[in-house]
Amino acid sequence: MSAAPALEVTGRAEIAGRTLFEDLSLQVPAGRWTCLLGPSGIGKSTLLRLLAGLAGPVTFTGRCGAADGTPLQGRVALMAQDDLLLPWLDVAGNATLGARLRGRRADPARLDHVLAQVGLADLATRRPAELSGGQRQRAALARTLMEDRAVVLLDEPFSALDARSRARMQELTADSLQGRTVLLVTHDPAEAARLGHRIVVMTERGLHDLAPPPGPVPRPAGDAATLRLQAELLEILRRDAPTARAAG
Amino acid sequence: MSGLRALAASALLGLALWQGLVWVTGLPRFILPGPARVAETLWQSRALLAEHALVTMAEVLIGLGLGTVLGALSAIGLAASARARRLVGPLLVFSQAVPVFALAPLLTLWFGYGLGSKVAMALIIIFFPVTASFLDALMRPHRDWQGLARVMGGSPARILWHIRIPAALPGLATGLRLAAVYAPIGAVIGEWVGASRGLGYLMLLANGRAKTDLMFAALIVLAVFTVLLHAAVNRATRPLLARD
Repeated sequence: MSAAPALEVTGRAEIAGRTLFEDLSLQVPAGRWTCLLGPSGIGKSTLLRLLAGLAGPVTFTGRCGAADGTPLQGRVALMAQDDLLLPWLDVAGNATLGARLRGRRADPARLDHVLAQVGLADLATRRPAELSGGQRQRAALARTLMEDRAVVLLDEPFSALDARSRARMQELTADSLQGRTVLLVTHDPAEAARLGHRIVVMTERGLHDLAPPPGPVPRPAGDAATLRLQAELLEILRRDAPTARAAG
Repeated sequence: MSGLRALAASALLGLALWQGLVWVTGLPRFILPGPARVAETLWQSRALLAEHALVTMAEVLIGLGLGTVLGALSAIGLAASARARRLVGPLLVFSQAVPVFALAPLLTLWFGYGLGSKVAMALIIIFFPVTASFLDALMRPHRDWQGLARVMGGSPARILWHIRIPAALPGLATGLRLAAVYAPIGAVIGEWVGASRGLGYLMLLANGRAKTDLMFAALIVLAVFTVLLHAAVNRATRPLLARD
């Protein structure tokens, strides 16, 4: 893995003539977890996809990429809410998909290590259909770890999981992605409060930067400071909602 | 087991209807022979029927094999290149506007009276369904998978090989199932136009000699073969369909 770069997105984006965001300026510090929290449809995922180089139908004008000036291509891994496992490949096959797509052979020792790390060593030959939701997401994490990229973009990867699997996956992911530049898009204030070294709230009124309590992530969910932060995040989300403005 | 029983019941119903038609219309046996008469002919002429059936089966199986390979390769080629799709796509559709029956005399002229023209006929008749249904599946977007693959640094060719083709195999299976039914039609049309062997040839021969019972027998052999072929292809392609 190369050194983890900082990321920045400054500019505006539109989709089919409709402005998605304007005068946006997002800085993602190097080697840390940044949580981008916001309501659905605000453009969080678009931002993430822009960084991944998957703009799709979005027109973006501005700067978007690594702060060190070199292209992000080949330094990014992506993990989404949908595990995107290929149903005809087993766990090991899915985890090593990236290597095959680049025409290389995956390192078997590394595969063993990663599968053990995510707790799927015994399920390496299972197909996705034979796995639970939590196991599938761990397989997706294994695939992400096999990529060994300095920048990891997470698009609500835990939102489809039940509370128990989600807490476990958050800890496992935070643990295994240490030292990388991580941008996590989420709509869950509790998740952002637990996982972010830095938390950015994206609402209709723009970006709000919050400094979470010091200390390592993931923070304990029951910690008073974490809970206070969670309430504060929720308050920002509610305050900035268009309906609240109309009512208030 | 209940499936087999239903099949037997359905066959019995068909035979009963047939026999009923013979009784009600009172047609002479050289116009409409009854099931018993045809069964007798089936048994008596079994060697003759088998000999001709083997020829037709060979034509069908070779045509099916070649048509599948060519159809699948064309679909992959078209899926890989937008230019090829623009260039060849309309041609492919136009080729479907030409009635295959009208091609049979030409194919006989080009490939002779033997196996070649029938194989070509079967191949042509199945080429389009195989190509079209596989290509259709190959062109389904799977945006998320392809996006992930691009982030991973996959080239278009490798994305095609590792993601688009495996994801499209159910479409190929659908095409093959259609092809299994169409291929015998192609072979028999070929035999009608010009042949000295095969079930289609035997049917024409029997018809010309007012041996309607033999014609029916040949028809039944052909139908049973087609049903068995379809069932075999169904079973063989089941793993492709049970992938997701």
